[in-house]
Amino acid sequence: MPTVGVKRDLLFKALGRSYTDEEFDELCFQFGLELDEITSEKELISKEQNDSKAAGASDVILYKIDVPANRYDLLCLEGLVRGLQVFKNKLEAPRYVRVSPVSGQPQKLIITKETAAVRPYAVAAVLRDITFTQERYDSFIELQEKLHQNICRKRSIVAIGTHDLDTTSGPFTYTAKPPSEICFQPLNQTKEFTATELMSLYRTDSHLKHYLHIIEDKPVYPVIYDSNGIVLSMPPIINGDHTKISLKTKNVFIECTATDLTKAKVVLDTLVTMFSQYSSQPNLKHVFISSSPHSESTETVAQLLTRMCLLSKLTGVGDQIEVEIPPTRSDIIHACDIVEDAAIAYGFNNITRTTPRSYTVATQFPLNKLTELLRQDVAAAGFTEVLTFALCSKEDVGDKLGKKISETGAAHISNPKTAEFQVARTTLLPGLLKTIAANKKMPLPLKLFEISDVVLKDKSKGVYVGARNSRRFCAVYYNKSPGFEVIHGLMDRTMQLLGVKPLRGEGYHIQAAEDSIFFPGRCAEIFVDGKSVGRLGVLHPNVVTRFELTMPCSALEMDIEPFL
Amino acid sequence: RMHQCFLGVEISELGSHEARVFECIPVEGLLQSELMKLPFGKIGFTKAMSNKWIRVDKTSEGGPLIFRSVQTIVDQVREKLLNVLNGKDAELEEKEKSELKKRRLLSEVTVKSYWITKGSSFSTTITKQETELTPEMIVSGNWKDNKFKPYNFEAMGVPLDCGHLHPLMKVRTQFRQIFLEMGFTEMPTNNFIESSFWNFDSLFQPQQHPARDQHDTFFLSDPALTLDFPQDYLQRVKKVHTEGGFGSQGYKYEWKVEEAQKNILRTHTTAVSARMLYKLAQQKFTPVKYFSIDRVFRNETLDATHLAEFHQIEGVVADYDLTLGDLMGVLHQFFTKLGITKLRFKPAYNPYTEPSMEVFSYHEGLEKWVEVGNSGVFRPEMLLPMGLPEDVSVIAWGLSLERPTMIKYGINNIRELVGHKVNLQMVYDGPICRLDT
Repeated sequence: MPTVGVKRDLLFKALGRSYTDEEFDELCFQFGLELDEITSEKELISKEQNDSKAAGASDVILYKIDVPANRYDLLCLEGLVRGLQVFKNKLEAPRYVRVSPVSGQPQKLIITKETAAVRPYAVAAVLRDITFTQERYDSFIELQEKLHQNICRKRSIVAIGTHDLDTTSGPFTYTAKPPSEICFQPLNQTKEFTATELMSLYRTDSHLKHYLHIIEDKPVYPVIYDSNGIVLSMPPIINGDHTKISLKTKNVFIECTATDLTKAKVVLDTLVTMFSQYSSQPNLKHVFISSSPHSESTETVAQLLTRMCLLSKLTGVGDQIEVEIPPTRSDIIHACDIVEDAAIAYGFNNITRTTPRSYTVATQFPLNKLTELLRQDVAAAGFTEVLTFALCSKEDVGDKLGKKISETGAAHISNPKTAEFQVARTTLLPGLLKTIAANKKMPLPLKLFEISDVVLKDKSKGVYVGARNSRRFCAVYYNKSPGFEVIHGLMDRTMQLLGVKPLRGEGYHIQAAEDSIFFPGRCAEIFVDGKSVGRLGVLHPNVVTRFELTMPCSALEMDIEPFL
Repeated sequence: RMHQCFLGVEISELGSHEARVFECIPVEGLLQSELMKLPFGKIGFTKAMSNKWIRVDKTSEGGPLIFRSVQTIVDQVREKLLNVLNGKDAELEEKEKSELKKRRLLSEVTVKSYWITKGSSFSTTITKQETELTPEMIVSGNWKDNKFKPYNFEAMGVPLDCGHLHPLMKVRTQFRQIFLEMGFTEMPTNNFIESSFWNFDSLFQPQQHPARDQHDTFFLSDPALTLDFPQDYLQRVKKVHTEGGFGSQGYKYEWKVEEAQKNILRTHTTAVSARMLYKLAQQKFTPVKYFSIDRVFRNETLDATHLAEFHQIEGVVADYDLTLGDLMGVLHQFFTKLGITKLRFKPAYNPYTEPSMEVFSYHEGLEKWVEVGNSGVFRPEMLLPMGLPEDVSVIAWGLSLERPTMIKYGINNIRELVGHKVNLQMVYDGPICRLDT
């Protein structure tokens, strides 16, 4: 969830009253926000760096508020305040209307076809007659940063540029040119650079270096010019110094370049609507018509929705309500979104509890039912259950067991963060052996088991993803002597529990086998009805040592799905 | 009682080393080197010097000369030792005692003495107390003639050599039981690997959503892709993402089938719920209640309470005209079986449910409301493309299995519970799982 930091006192001033921390927390709960942290700039610096660096920082109380990920209209103080004031009936839901300039034509942004190769879309707007204070200015910059981090996916999908309209003149051109042909004085620099030089310059800039990759290798870079050839910006990297905004700026030209047009519009709408309160009026979006979804009267529902900034009125036809969706609410895409807002305004905890009427009889998933029954009795036989990781290293199921990883049929992860997540396990044995290794101080013998899934690649028809789970039962006995007879006894007991008789053919039998996991001459394969279901034996000393163990060990692993 | 040691005996007869040093120094003095040749010389010299009985003239020719510095001396050490010899050791002060003990002239011996008298069971013959009944005693009846040693009831019994169930699995068994008691059917979740299509796209989660990133999700390099999907359904999913339809505006972006084909380790068991609901929609609709408790995978940063693998508990109800009130009702029934009766609901956001509610319960110990789960009504954009009837609503909720287990068993570090670094002693000692106490 995105977090917005606001100065508490500024927030209360804008809300028109003070709250105790508990009262504000409760308000957040009802509206769907979370008051995550109450801190100050000083505390934050202390925490992240150290106390001495925090010495000169501000003590002013900051509220860190978590907002839902799809509410871009709540990412700044202005938006939060507006939402809460309308919710509490302190403010009328605003209507945003596009306004024409007092004199002359609206500004134009011309997009040329060259941009298609790198960053095809752009939208723009003008905020007229605005008055900035230091706080409003900071909030404006902060909102751009928040949008960049969230919906803009770190500037890769959308990038925002804001400019002082009075330092420049339209029409504006958005085009793309080879980097060597772009030359301008970027923000906070005193001389001109070509785009190629800027790439090198910003490679060491802690803030900007993360965005260079978005355009670096492209044959052309995006660039916006005014009618005099002055560069406004080179998205998504940096704006020009010429058009930078200050506290004195009265008219702001906002441009959003993007690879996704819908998102660009959402970003632009958000910026414009949030800060329109400091100037005049912005614009309107579409209209939903839905039937009243509640047992409440239509009038009440209309009132509830209006409290959520969704201006509603009755159409007069049956119980229909016409709902106006403002540009701030890009999250409303279906009537169900409106229903949620009505419920929030009503108060979730005011809704009457009911119960679904239908009668259903439960069924257990057969494989899980079998597993549940079996694990009780294996524990009754004196073994302790463990729960190990499904992901492991290639060595765990390959080299350490004396097997080639390519022959194990293991599914491989493409983006593991460490070696512990390279493959999905193909056998439960490594997990059990690692458990013993991590519990060496426990008294002997150690008798452990696990009944759980392994993953095996499977190209058969019907296995759509190309791999399937296989439910296995695995047990180990670790002691001063190998205890093969104990593991064998456990296997016999398990067969007894599964109702399989010790009979060659229709029941089960074991016969000698060879396997790199087991000591030669001390390995047997288990057959049920002529088919192999698993193996048991004394572990090979190489396997024991590779798992950092020192005592003899016997193990059993079998597939339990054939017994369903 | 004090005893003279061998050395002490010698001194009481001949005098202390320092006294003998004093005695043997003539008026004209004695060369230190000469004195040192005598057996009592070294120790005696040091002691006589500290008693200030003698002095050394270091300037004389031929080496340091020792002279008497007093006329007469009293050999205290010898006197004390003689006292001890004559039985007057009580007169010795502590300080003097430890001095002499240090010089190994005295040793202290403790002698304990007891008064013994005849007790009530005194006899001149020996009888042995029995510890246990034996078969012979029972058969012959001669247990009546034996005395039995009383049991020590303060000690513990013998620790039994038994097997144990894993705490997380014990909690899972209880949750499974709760769902079955409520009439919920268990879903088949034995597939860790899932396609992005079922895990994300069919749930109306857009393709550029952060949760589908490399750093949140595990992608598979082998097997990398799923190619087989129900094609009509896939087209409807594509449409609802790109243009909308089914009453929705959609997300208005370019939906790519290549993204949907990518295999991942499932990030939630809701992927299975999607498969089940799709299957349900292909036949005549009947109301259902489904549940699952199984492993899911997240490629996130790990810490004391988060691992890459954990277990998700999920409940789903599909029926005609279900409401938010019904969801709250089901949640109340479910949580009551966990002993939780005080619930509050908070508006939340999930890409695939609308409305969404976070579920909070009141923790008496911490005296505050804590989150115990997440819930919501599945979006029409998810259900309608599957072919479910328009008046059917599907409500669902979920929580993790690890969190209530860690709270129940008082575990702070998740690695002590799940994985090979498990604390086996904790597994041995864990009580039965009773969720409602």
